[in-house]
Amino acid sequence: MKHLKATTFLIAAALAAPLAAQEAGGRLDIVVQPEPPSLMLGLVQNGPTQLVAGDIYEGLLRYGTDLQPQPLLAKSWEISDDGLTYTFTLNEGVKWHDGEDFTAEDVVFSADVFLRETHARLRASLAYVESITAPDDTTVVFQLKEPFGPFISVFETGTMPIVPKHIYEGTDFANNEMNATPIGTGPFKFEAWEKGSYIHLVKNEDYYVDGLPYLDEVYYRVIPDAAARAVAFETGEVDVLPGGSVENWDVPRLTEMDNVCSTGSGWEFFAPHAWMWLNNREGPTSDVRFRQAVMYAMDRDFQRDVVWNGFGNVATGPVSSKTNFYSDDVTIYDHNPEKAEELLAEMGYDGEEVRLLPLPYGETWQRWAEAIRQNLSEVGINVSIDSTDVAGWNEKTSQWDYDMAFTYLYQYGDPALGVSRNYTADRIQKGSPWNNVEGYDNPELDEKWFAAATMISPEERQAAYNEIQQEIVDDVPVAWLLELEFPTIYRCDIKDLVTTGIGVNDGPRNAWIEQ
Amino acid sequence: MTILIAILSRLAKAALTLLAIAVLNFCLLHAAPGDPAVVLAGEAGAADEQMIAQLRERFGLDQPLYVQLGKYIAGIVQLDLGYSFRQSAPVIDLIAERLPATLLLTLTAFVISLTCGIALGVAAAARVGKVSDSLLTTLALLFYATPLYWLALMAVLVFSVWLGWLPGFGYETVGSDFSGFARAIDILKHLILPALTLGLFFMAVYMRMTRASMLEVSTADFVKTAKAKGLSGPVIRRRHILRNAILPVVTLAGLQAGQLVGGAVLTETVFAWPGIGRLMFESLAARDYNTILGVFLVSAAMVILFNIVTDIVYRIVDPRIGARA
Repeated sequence: MKHLKATTFLIAAALAAPLAAQEAGGRLDIVVQPEPPSLMLGLVQNGPTQLVAGDIYEGLLRYGTDLQPQPLLAKSWEISDDGLTYTFTLNEGVKWHDGEDFTAEDVVFSADVFLRETHARLRASLAYVESITAPDDTTVVFQLKEPFGPFISVFETGTMPIVPKHIYEGTDFANNEMNATPIGTGPFKFEAWEKGSYIHLVKNEDYYVDGLPYLDEVYYRVIPDAAARAVAFETGEVDVLPGGSVENWDVPRLTEMDNVCSTGSGWEFFAPHAWMWLNNREGPTSDVRFRQAVMYAMDRDFQRDVVWNGFGNVATGPVSSKTNFYSDDVTIYDHNPEKAEELLAEMGYDGEEVRLLPLPYGETWQRWAEAIRQNLSEVGINVSIDSTDVAGWNEKTSQWDYDMAFTYLYQYGDPALGVSRNYTADRIQKGSPWNNVEGYDNPELDEKWFAAATMISPEERQAAYNEIQQEIVDDVPVAWLLELEFPTIYRCDIKDLVTTGIGVNDGPRNAWIEQ
Repeated sequence: MTILIAILSRLAKAALTLLAIAVLNFCLLHAAPGDPAVVLAGEAGAADEQMIAQLRERFGLDQPLYVQLGKYIAGIVQLDLGYSFRQSAPVIDLIAERLPATLLLTLTAFVISLTCGIALGVAAAARVGKVSDSLLTTLALLFYATPLYWLALMAVLVFSVWLGWLPGFGYETVGSDFSGFARAIDILKHLILPALTLGLFFMAVYMRMTRASMLEVSTADFVKTAKAKGLSGPVIRRRHILRNAILPVVTLAGLQAGQLVGGAVLTETVFAWPGIGRLMFESLAARDYNTILGVFLVSAAMVILFNIVTDIVYRIVDPRIGARA
């Protein structure tokens, strides 16, 4: 009985907690790894740059963990029934960090001029856009040539960062001197960058949302060694380890400490999806039976539990379960070595060696490659591991010099943004490691991908993607591995750090520290 | 006068050597797979042909290799190390930014290793065969054989995590607003672990070398003469034995001094020390050609410079060398 009472009290306390006012003030120290090459988000969009510059720059919208759009620079938006006109109403009284007024002209300049030139990923989506106009200072209209289903998902900060027109118009964007001291509209201003040590951001006192941000300052700390990053968290030097900053086997040790919390949330928008490219052009991997055998030979639950310390989910196909229009109505490849051996015997595999290229991102990936080599050799596939560094990996994959190669990619909330680019034949282009590197060529399915992208009704799109997933999973163009999960580790007295689908990237905006 | 001519001719040869090193480095680097445009595009998680082409044009990689080499050599002849497109800054600025931290670390380690190494070597030689000698030589062997990164991690674990005496990494307390003396103390605290870790290996080397060399010289005839003259033990050791035994140590110190600017990749990485070694390593991973070549060239120049300095020191320590040359 006593126990029950205590529980009741705890529940009451928990319910009361949200009523307590958020407390202003304090400083956060967050690990950033590796050091970003630049903070000018319009020019550079790698992970570390997005992490830091996500506090400085803003897009028109942000996205919840359910991937639904929420207001950011735009306070409201409307999509016409024919799916061709997107009208955004911007917040009023927004100022750039240098004091200039932010207007709709900045949005037009950013999307139509600046990012069209510099942002490869956005450029693909902008191909659907007929015109971008600013009828008045707080209204922006995107007029499309044809409906593009995922268009409402392209306004995230890392995808379409709004940059200041008054600084960049008419200049050489890449060599503009202001790139070193980025000017945005975000909740934090750039203060200093001690190369090799830290990046210092301070509160934007004139931020357009009353009361935000709560924190006074944020330090992004550059610590190159993974073990040292774990130590930095243990000794209290840093408060937040964004996903992927420490090796997986250090995670349990850190989360067992007092006052330490962790969450796998905050990656829904990216939905990092890992697979092995199987070279569809030549060698054993060009035979669909071999590729299916690879799927059956792998024990992906074991890989998840041992190599990834239990983080993540086994992938069922090309679309992550976190991404819109996912379907699990597909052939499921369980661990079935007998079936793999049958398939190999049927195709007459003669033990020809296949080269496996691991991803050079640290110990976890190396071990993952070893686990898979063991799985494959159990059914008689002769695998050699072909190790290289990051630059070498980029070169080998983009020049198609591999048999099997690890990779993982972000999905950006929609199959038309982050999935189809790896499977349609128009994306077979040498020189880039992020397109249809495996060389999968299926014209019938290409038609379906294109059709699904330009449908307006979500129900129709779901039906189309269900069909695509069912077909492609049988073809095994690549060997899907895991939906990766990168836990964010932080002190429990930091509240509201991860509230959106991009997590820590825009986390400091709403975060506050309980005294 | 002869010294001056010797130095001038050495400098002329040095300039040619540097040029050859620059060409060799350039060729080796471009022979490695991967290029900075693909790495930069790759990090963005998306790329199309237009982006790669734009980057290559910006980096000058669309030109034939010999044109790139010619431009690079023409640049360094005018003391221009080029521009880092990845970091959007002149290479010379990037190096200058990291130089103070690296020099502080490597010079401290150098001084610690040289002074302690020679002192302990002399002490061990004076007590040869006794327990204290065995203890010192064993310790030196241990430091000599232990991998640097392991030692570094253990030092952090013990002194930073368990005991909490010293900060485990970084150059200074971030955001502390220390200035003047307080800042110097703060930096010193951060310096102790990396400098000791880096210094221990060379200390062991100097100690073993000093000890061996001292023992060898102490059997020479002129030492017997000195003893016969009735000089005291410490005086003989300092004036007669050490002075003759120190030459190999000078040679090695010259080599170590040449590496001062190159930084210490492992130590800087484990202790998050913002030095040149890390700049080089990270630039290498990103194939930031100009930055790597710049660091290599500056390091090579230092090695050559310190070789010349070592030769001059030889002449001071042992005037007979100058007379023969």
